[in-house]
Amino acid sequence: MYKAYETGFRNQTLSFREKFWGISFSYVLLIMILAVIGVVMLYSAANGSWQPWAWRQLMRFGLGFGVMLVVAFMDVRIFLRYAYLFYFGVLALLILVEIGGHIGMGAQRWINLGFMKLQPSELMKIALVLALARYFNSIPLQSIESIKGLLFPLALVIMPVFLVMIQPDLGTALMLLFNAGAIFFAVGVQLWKFGVVLLGGIVCLPIAWHFLHTYQKNRVLTFLDPERDPLGAGYHIIQSKIALGSGGVFGKGFLNGTQSHLNFLPEKHTDFIFTMLSEEFGMIGAALVILINFLIIAYSFVFALRSASYFGKLTAIGLATNYFLYVMINIAMVLGLLPVVGIPLPLISYGGTVLLSVMTGFGIILAVNTNRNINIGKD
Amino acid sequence: MNRDNDKGKVLIIRSLILGGIELFLLFLLIFRLYYLQVYQADRYKTLADENRISTRLLVPPRGIIYDRHQNMLAGNRQNFQALMVAEQTTNIDDTLNAFKEIMPLDEEEEKRIRKDLKKNRSFVPVKIKDNLSWKEAAQILLNAPDLPGVIIDEGLSRYYPYGDIFAHVIGYVAAVAENDVKDDPLLEVPGFKIGKSGIEKLYEKELRGKAGNQKLEVNAVGRIMKEIEREDGVPGNNIELSLDVRLQKKAYELLGEESGAIVMMNVKTGEILAFASAPAFDPNSFTHGLSVEEWKELNSNEKNPLLNKAVSGLYSPGSTFKMVVGLAALESGLVDRQSRSFCAGKMVLGNHTFHCWKDIGHGYIDIVQALQHSCDIFFYETAQQLGINKIADMARRFGLGAKTGIGIENEKSGLIPDTEWKLKQFGEPWQQGESIISGIGQGYVLTTPLQLATMVSRIANGGYEVYPTFRKISDTKNFYPKSMGLSPQNIEMIRQGMYDVVNTPGGTALMARFNFNGQRMAGKTGTTQVRRISMKERQTGVLKQDELPWKYRNHALFVGFAPHDNPKYGVAVLVEHGGSGSSVSAPMGGKMLLEALKLDATDKPVD
Repeated sequence: MYKAYETGFRNQTLSFREKFWGISFSYVLLIMILAVIGVVMLYSAANGSWQPWAWRQLMRFGLGFGVMLVVAFMDVRIFLRYAYLFYFGVLALLILVEIGGHIGMGAQRWINLGFMKLQPSELMKIALVLALARYFNSIPLQSIESIKGLLFPLALVIMPVFLVMIQPDLGTALMLLFNAGAIFFAVGVQLWKFGVVLLGGIVCLPIAWHFLHTYQKNRVLTFLDPERDPLGAGYHIIQSKIALGSGGVFGKGFLNGTQSHLNFLPEKHTDFIFTMLSEEFGMIGAALVILINFLIIAYSFVFALRSASYFGKLTAIGLATNYFLYVMINIAMVLGLLPVVGIPLPLISYGGTVLLSVMTGFGIILAVNTNRNINIGKD
Repeated sequence: MNRDNDKGKVLIIRSLILGGIELFLLFLLIFRLYYLQVYQADRYKTLADENRISTRLLVPPRGIIYDRHQNMLAGNRQNFQALMVAEQTTNIDDTLNAFKEIMPLDEEEEKRIRKDLKKNRSFVPVKIKDNLSWKEAAQILLNAPDLPGVIIDEGLSRYYPYGDIFAHVIGYVAAVAENDVKDDPLLEVPGFKIGKSGIEKLYEKELRGKAGNQKLEVNAVGRIMKEIEREDGVPGNNIELSLDVRLQKKAYELLGEESGAIVMMNVKTGEILAFASAPAFDPNSFTHGLSVEEWKELNSNEKNPLLNKAVSGLYSPGSTFKMVVGLAALESGLVDRQSRSFCAGKMVLGNHTFHCWKDIGHGYIDIVQALQHSCDIFFYETAQQLGINKIADMARRFGLGAKTGIGIENEKSGLIPDTEWKLKQFGEPWQQGESIISGIGQGYVLTTPLQLATMVSRIANGGYEVYPTFRKISDTKNFYPKSMGLSPQNIEMIRQGMYDVVNTPGGTALMARFNFNGQRMAGKTGTTQVRRISMKERQTGVLKQDELPWKYRNHALFVGFAPHDNPKYGVAVLVEHGGSGSSVSAPMGGKMLLEALKLDATDKPVD
């Protein structure tokens, strides 16, 4: 349904100027603050050195920032047009890594591009959101509320989840699943259907348990009882809680985290960077990081709701939720609220692909905001 | 179209719910932060400190043991150790090979080193060789450029400069055993050594000192990052003993290859001046840990080097017991200076014949002569008439039959029998014949050389209850031992007899006599059988001692004191299977006392 007064001139391509001033500078500023905090923490993780992480992370952020801007300047309709193509392209990459990926961390997740290692599962997080947004944009509410209308999007979800699961990367698979669930919820799938799936999931849990790898089982068991194996699987989470707790309200000071710098804290530059931050800057620093993330997500939802188009709304919601899942799972994990699943804290943890994928996501959200008055058809 | 409108509305409502949930969940994380970082902060701070702070005990230097003239008997020697730190080497094999060129390593050692290197993290120093001398350590340091990763560590190890001479007195230190009482955290320190015998054990607490503390910051793999705090310990107290190195050396020399013990005491104070048991062992080797062969050899030696014969060896006192019997008789009034007995060489009781050592007998004899000639018949008769209980009573007053309380481990109390004991032990009444043989210190009577030294000191000092001690008594002027309440005349008679033993022709120790500026010694010999002489052998002629195998020969004893007129030194000598007291032990006792007098004359003032 087009509103008459908009169709006349708004259904046009925006000029460069309009695009530039359409970008939310406060949103970009929040992202930059987090990135700076990340670089500072990586400098500390290397015992006060730019090498080996802080400098490279800064470079990557520069690259990611460029990608974000490029994406932000793109027309939202392009995302709609190429959503399926992008999705199936990434799906093909996932199959490719399954066939002949590079071995990394005991699981096949990478494609070596020479200058960087590409992790298709990260790209899938964006691709899945775009594909689902395109699909739900195209069908009427009746179809959404019918079972038949859900078959295609379910297939869109299940294929990558299955491929990622067998990599095996349980964390990413669950993230994809949750993200898709959130989109299904947002578009109005009836709650009883979630109830049925949840019930089915609980019934299938023992069977799924059977298929889990031993280390995955250990992670879950360790989460349920960290003292089970304090020197083995439980070591990470126990040391993480000690580091956090001993940081107190004001922290031990920059470069003074004993747990981090004496190496009691594992993976302090990647998954457990939030722990190190909490140890050195205390509850104040930790709460600040949570607050900034809170604002980023809140802004994203505001952008989504401000968008005139269904596709734009859903895309922004999906990507915001994707980012939320990263932050929530990572922090809940290091706080001992979730099992250790290997999800980094985007913008702060060291790592290229996640940074790039998250920055692309931000770029799309920014584009949605810039193009908020542009109406988009059903396909 | 309306449905499309609804689709948009549903999306907005559901998005608001979804966004609300997400932001709420993020907000919840702050509560968790509060719980961990505020509510439980103290607990986690403690845990973090436990993680990073490693407390080590600093071992204090052990107290030094001196003799009465400040000669060091046990001290601490710098001990060098060569260690290798794998991460500091360029190549472990190169370093090991270079080390072997300076100092050979046998195959087993090399195997152990390689195993240790593999087992430990690369920054942990691994022992290559310990107990290096200063010279060896210097040689390694000189070659340091060829030995990357090799470091020299110095520590203290216990050292006994006189070796085996003081083995049984000073004892030794060794690693803490499973069953040692662990009342001090120091005992848990790897490689810590405690006194296992002798003075080292007796004064362990004084010698040990108090541990210091060192707090170190360590990282997750245990590498030391820095020292946080250091509190030095208190070194152990030095101890000054009553022993005299020169007399101890003399005693050990005199015993030579024999198996036996010599104990010399200051008769006025009970201070022990010499305390030797032979053969002995080298306590230094105990401190480093004995090899299996060394241990086997020590254990299988029939002369029993590990036994401290001065306190743990039990021997019939033989004729050295006659002073006690004589005094008991004098004090009870049974015998006086004029009393005489007739010795015909043997005496019959019932169907038993008791022989004097002299077949032809001594004729009429009084108590002083009986001691001088060591006449058995006189003491048989005296003991028979006196009864065992009075003898036992007097023996106990002289310190026999009970531990002296010297504090050295495994001290034996010996045995002074009486009628009650016999009844209790065997359920049989005491026999008169048993009193008779007790009269010459045979039968059930058992004593240690230390008890005999105490006994002769109490006779020599005129009947004062001195107790043997290893601690030097510096304030001798105010040292008044308790009087035993014996009649001075009676003691004088006994001492006269002992003087005659050595200095009057016919005495059994005449050969051992000396006259040093008018100072002479008094004493009493003893020879005790370790086998029974049968009737048949007595008829065919008793075998000579040197015809017998070593372990069947008689024990030779001597107790004595000097100077005779103003006694200062008392000595007890025991030579296991030595033959006879007159020919073996008395000369040793004489030489000991003469040495003491000579040193006394040339001595720098002691106090």
